[in-house]
Amino acid sequence: MIHTATKDLIFPSLPYEYSALEPHIDAMTMEIHHTKHHKAYFDNLKNAIQGTEMESMPFVELLNHISRYPMVVRNNGGGHYNHSLFWELLSPQGGGEPSGELREAIIKKFNSVDEFKNNFSDAAKNRFGSGWAWLVVKTDGNLVVSSTPNQDNPLMDVAECRGIPILGLDVWEHAYYLKYQNRRPEYIANFWNIVNWKVVEANYINALSALR
Amino acid sequence: MKHELPALPWAYDALEPYISKQTIEFHYGKHHQTYVNNLNNLIPGTAFENSSLEEIILKAEGGIFNNGAQVWNHTFYWQCLSPKGGGQPTGKLAEAINRDFGSFEAFREKFSAAAATLFGSGWAWLVKTPEGKLEIVQESNAGNPLRQGKTPLLTCDVWEHAYYLDKQNRRADYIADFWKLVDWEAVAERF
Repeated sequence: MIHTATKDLIFPSLPYEYSALEPHIDAMTMEIHHTKHHKAYFDNLKNAIQGTEMESMPFVELLNHISRYPMVVRNNGGGHYNHSLFWELLSPQGGGEPSGELREAIIKKFNSVDEFKNNFSDAAKNRFGSGWAWLVVKTDGNLVVSSTPNQDNPLMDVAECRGIPILGLDVWEHAYYLKYQNRRPEYIANFWNIVNWKVVEANYINALSALR
Repeated sequence: MKHELPALPWAYDALEPYISKQTIEFHYGKHHQTYVNNLNNLIPGTAFENSSLEEIILKAEGGIFNNGAQVWNHTFYWQCLSPKGGGQPTGKLAEAINRDFGSFEAFREKFSAAAATLFGSGWAWLVKTPEGKLEIVQESNAGNPLRQGKTPLLTCDVWEHAYYLDKQNRRADYIADFWKLVDWEAVAERF
């Protein structure tokens, strides 16, 4: 997705049924989140770049230099990138713990997988308002947990903590309100049951080679 | 000083069918109450221990500002709404709206657009400037126009929790229904 010219981006279908993540995320939430929220970001992005130099830019280049472009592109481009990544990170067969190189890197940085999860969960709980929590590979190759407001992400030059996101959690209320209402911490706790660590591990390896 | 959750000016189901009883139960009973609880947990031992909400809005940062302003914003929002609301303002407020926006319809469109386009969580406000002029402002998250020296007259909460159970992604429908609940007498008194 990230190297595609922005005008050629496609609206992705989900790699599972809307009901596949139940009981952790309900079918209605998934359907509205994908067909309404994500679709609106995608359509708004396409409209906003029409007839501009942004059309032919690789999507990652646009995000890396987002401060030069209109706010509508930052909001909707981020919305498209973040949701496209998010869907792939979830799986009805998810949960458990990471393995391989990612596991080693997490333990090196956070001491244990549980401490990493606590750290990431705190970032998700403490994001005030709408936004995302991230596990990021920084430009020096090290892992870090961060969070961004609204639809910003660590690829953007406006982000406080920059790098390549390999795991993200949507904490906009629309991601959980129908099932969890004000109980964001419960949504975050259940997120760990559906994380597809195989995808996160692949994202980690890809991020390292992109930085080399 | 311990902050308290003020009573609602009407019953939980009073705003139906525009805002459901369930939404008010969560919005007031959980979200608003949590801001009060968080604030009371954050202020002991700080410079804001005995401050009013207004002082907190003007001077605090971080968690104390976020929770203090959200306590104030929600109390104010409830006071903007009424089951007997809707219609249009009269008297001096109506004259000022005509003067500064051209017409009530033009004002309503502009305020609705401010509420609809606020990206993420936040509030749309009708305010009076120190010069007596009316303005529409957008504030993200817990933002409050008092901080810019402006007097809030009317607000619409566009955090998703304000409408998601009733309207999901259709924020525009929530805003359209909001106008059927605006207590113009209360707004006029503030003006």
